[in-house]
Amino acid sequence: MKKSKYYLIIVLALTMFVISACGSNNDNEGSSDNGDSSASGEQVLNMVETAEIPTGDPALATDAASFIVFGQTMEGLYVLDGEDQPVPAIADGDPEISEDGLVYTFKLKEDAKWSNGDPVTAHDFVYAWQRALNPDTGSQYAYMFSGVIENATDIMNGDAAVEELGAEAVDDYTLEITLEQPVEYLNSLLAFGTYLPLNEDFVEEKGDSFGTNSDNMLANGPFVLTGWDGSGLTWTYEKNEEYYDIDNVSLDKVNVQVAKEPSTAVNLYETGEADRTAALSSEYAKQYANHEDASTFEEGSSWYLKFNQERDGEETPLANENIRKALAMAFDKEAFAEQVLSNGSIPSDGYVPRGLAVNPETGEDFREESGNLISYDVEKAQEYWNKGLEELGVDELSLDYLSDDTENAKRTAEYFKNQLETNLDGLTLNLENVPFKNRLDRTTAQDYDVVMHGWGPDYLDPLTFLDLYVTDGANNQASISNEEYDQLIEDAKVTYANDPEKRWEAMLEAERILVQEDTAIAPIYQRGRLTLIKPYVKGLEEHLFGPDYSLKNVTIEK
Amino acid sequence: MAKYITKRIIYLIITLFIIASVTFFLMKFLPGTPFSNEERLTIEQREILNAKYGLDQPIPIQYMNYMVNIVKGDLGVSFQFENQPVMDLLMNRIGPSMQLGVQAMIIGTIIGIALGVLAAMFQNTWIDYGSTFLAILGKSIPSFVLAALLQYYIGVKLGWLPVASWNGFSSSILPTIALACFPIATAARFMRTELIEVFGSDYITLAKAKGNSRGEVAVKHAIRNALIPLITVLGPMAVGLMTGSMVVEKVFAVPGIGEQFVKSIMTNDFPIIMGTTLFFAFLLTVIILIIDILYGIIDPRIRLNGGDK
Repeated sequence: MKKSKYYLIIVLALTMFVISACGSNNDNEGSSDNGDSSASGEQVLNMVETAEIPTGDPALATDAASFIVFGQTMEGLYVLDGEDQPVPAIADGDPEISEDGLVYTFKLKEDAKWSNGDPVTAHDFVYAWQRALNPDTGSQYAYMFSGVIENATDIMNGDAAVEELGAEAVDDYTLEITLEQPVEYLNSLLAFGTYLPLNEDFVEEKGDSFGTNSDNMLANGPFVLTGWDGSGLTWTYEKNEEYYDIDNVSLDKVNVQVAKEPSTAVNLYETGEADRTAALSSEYAKQYANHEDASTFEEGSSWYLKFNQERDGEETPLANENIRKALAMAFDKEAFAEQVLSNGSIPSDGYVPRGLAVNPETGEDFREESGNLISYDVEKAQEYWNKGLEELGVDELSLDYLSDDTENAKRTAEYFKNQLETNLDGLTLNLENVPFKNRLDRTTAQDYDVVMHGWGPDYLDPLTFLDLYVTDGANNQASISNEEYDQLIEDAKVTYANDPEKRWEAMLEAERILVQEDTAIAPIYQRGRLTLIKPYVKGLEEHLFGPDYSLKNVTIEK
Repeated sequence: MAKYITKRIIYLIITLFIIASVTFFLMKFLPGTPFSNEERLTIEQREILNAKYGLDQPIPIQYMNYMVNIVKGDLGVSFQFENQPVMDLLMNRIGPSMQLGVQAMIIGTIIGIALGVLAAMFQNTWIDYGSTFLAILGKSIPSFVLAALLQYYIGVKLGWLPVASWNGFSSSILPTIALACFPIATAARFMRTELIEVFGSDYITLAKAKGNSRGEVAVKHAIRNALIPLITVLGPMAVGLMTGSMVVEKVFAVPGIGEQFVKSIMTNDFPIIMGTTLFFAFLLTVIILIIDILYGIIDPRIRLNGGDK
C-alpha cells in the first residue's frame, strides 16, 4: 500500500511541529514554586484575588486590590484589629491630646523599620502626607485629609504650600498633628492607606517609578511584596525580616493568583491550588451557600435606590414625597437579598450599615439604635402611591431606572421592575443598564429618575454616609435638600465636635429624616461577601473598611 | 521588489497615522474620566487632576501633543496601572498572548490542513463527513464554553493539566487548544473546498494518468495550489489570535493583552487604548505585507512589481 506511506509522513510532520513548538516555549516566566513546601514545616498560604494591583503607591491607590496589598505590607499609626477597631501600630500607644482636642502628639515605636533597614520616623509621615496633598502627585484620595488636618484643603487645591500642613516631626520619634477641628473618628482615618508613612529617600530615588513593581516598593508591615511585575496576575508576600513584631507572624509565604472568571476561582479552590477564594459572584455564592468551607462577612457598603427630584431643570414626579415612599415600600428586600444576591448580604431598613460605629456611651450599634426606618409593606405603599398620583394629577407614571450593565446589576434591575410594577398600578420602569462610567456621567448630570447606588465608608463613622445628602453636596446628585438635615450634619461636624453624645443624637436624627421622614433614598441591603476558605487556615481577619483582610495573624494548621 | 516594499511601508505609515487619529477622536467620545475614584472627587479636584494630565486642554491640542509624543516614541503612562509606562505594560502582556496565538496557529493550521486534505481525498465518505462535522463543531462552539469544559474536565476532574495559571508550557496547553479550534475549522473547510476544485483540473488528470497514486497527486501537485486562498485568511486570523482572546485569557488566568485591552476601554485608560490599538494595527499591516510577499513565493504567476502583464 503506497498510500499509507504518505499518511505516515503527514502524521510524522505533525508530531514534529507540535514537539518543536513545545520545545521553544519551555522556558518562560521565571521559576514556579507554588507547590506545598509544608514538608519543611513552612507556612504557605495560596490565595485567589479578582483583580490586578493597580499601584503600589499609597497616595495614588484608589481600589480594593491596592489597599489589600498595603494592609499586608505597611502599617500606619494605627491598624484595624479583628473587630475593626483601630489599635496603635507604628504609634507607641495612644497620643497625648490637647485640651481643645486639636493637637495630637504621637510617640512612635523606635524599633519599627522599613524593609531596607531604615527606621520608620515621624518625618516619614509628614513627607507622605504632604506628598499625597501636593496637587502634582495627583492623589485621588487627597480629600481624606481635607477638613481633618489643618490647612489640608488649601494645600490640596494648590492654594497653600505643603509645608503649611498641620503635621510636624518634633523629633525622629515624635509626631505632632494639628486638626482643623476635633475629629471623633481620627483613629480610623490614621489606619487608612492614604495616611501611611513613606520613606522619603526611597520614594525620591525611585521618582515616577515608585510603586510600579515590587522592587520599587518598601514595606514596614508584616510582609514584603515580591514577584509583582507591575501588571501581572501573580505575586507573593514574604515574611518581612525587619518587621518589629515578626515573632507574631507565622506565615512564611503567601502566593496570590488573580482569577477574574468566577468559575476559575472556584476550580482552583476545588483542586486545592487555592486555600481561599475572593468574594464569589452570586451564581456561585448560591451554589456554595451551604458548603462547609463557606464563610460570609458583612461588608461596610450600603445599597439603596436614589430618587432624582430634579431633571433638566424641572421637578420630577419623585419630588413628590408620597411617590418616593410608595416606591421605597413596594419591594421585598428580604427575598431580594436571599434569592437574588444570596451572598450573605442582609436586607436593610436604614442607610448606615451595621458594624460601622457604636454609641459612645452605651456601645449600641448605630443601625440597631436607629432601627427599622422604612420597611416592605405593599398595602401602605399602595396608599402612598394613590395619594401621590392624585397629587400629581396623573393615573400612570413612567420612570427611568439607571444602573450598571454587569450580570448582577441586570438581574437586580429585573427584580425591581417586576416587584415595583406588580405592586404599584400604573407604574412603568424603563431599565437602563449602562457601563459604569456612563452611569457616573448620567448620575452627575442628574439624567435619570431612579438609580441603584452603593456607598462604602471612607472612615468608621456614620458621617461618611450621611454627609452625602446635605444640600448641594458633591455626591448628592439628586437635588435632595432639607434645611433641618443640613443643620444636623453641621452640628455633628462642628458644633458637637467635642460632644460625642450630642453628636451621636444628631446623626441618628439626620438618618431618620433622610430615610423615614423624607424618604429621599430607599434602603435595600448591606452587601455581604461569601468566600470559600479551607478549615486549616486560621486567624484571617476581614474588615469592612480599608483592606478587605489582614494576614498577619494567619496560621496554617494542617 | 525593493521598490514595492518601500511603497508598502509608506502606505503602512499612512494607515497607522489614520488609525491613530480616528481612535484618538473616538476615544474622546467615551463618557467619564480615566480616574478610578471619579465618583468621590469634588469638581475642584477633578479639575486639578485634569490639569495634571493635560486633559483640560482643548481636544485638538491634546491630539497634537499626543501625535508629537508618538513620533518621539513615547506612548505615555497608564491610568489604571498608575505611572506604568504603556510600553512596559504592552511588553509584559503581549508575550503570553503571542505565545498562545502562535501555538494555536501552528497546531490549528496543521490539523486543519490535514483534516481538509483527508476530507477532499475521500470526498463523500465517512472521513469527509467526520472531518466536516468536526470543522462545524469547532467553528460553532463558543470559546468560553470550550474553555470552561476543558478546564473542568481536563483540569479539575482528570487533573492532567493546570486549571489556570501562567507557569511554564504545561499551563499553556489548555488555552492553546481552546484557541486552536477556530483555525482548525477554518483551515479544514478552506482546504477541502479548494482541493476538490484543484482535483478537478486537467493537470491533475494528467498526473493521475502518469500513474501517480492519489496520495502522490495530492501532496506533489494539488496542495500547493490549494494553499493560496487559505493564506489570505490565515494572515488576519493570525493577528486575531496573537492579539489575545479576552475570554480564553480570563478563564485560564493568562496575563495577556486581550483582556487588558477590553478593560482599558471600560476604564477610559486613554494611553493604553491608543498604545494597544496602534500595536495591533501595526501587527496587522505588517502581516498583510508579509502575506503579499508570500504569494509571490508560492505562486510564481503573481508578480509584485505592479500591474505588468
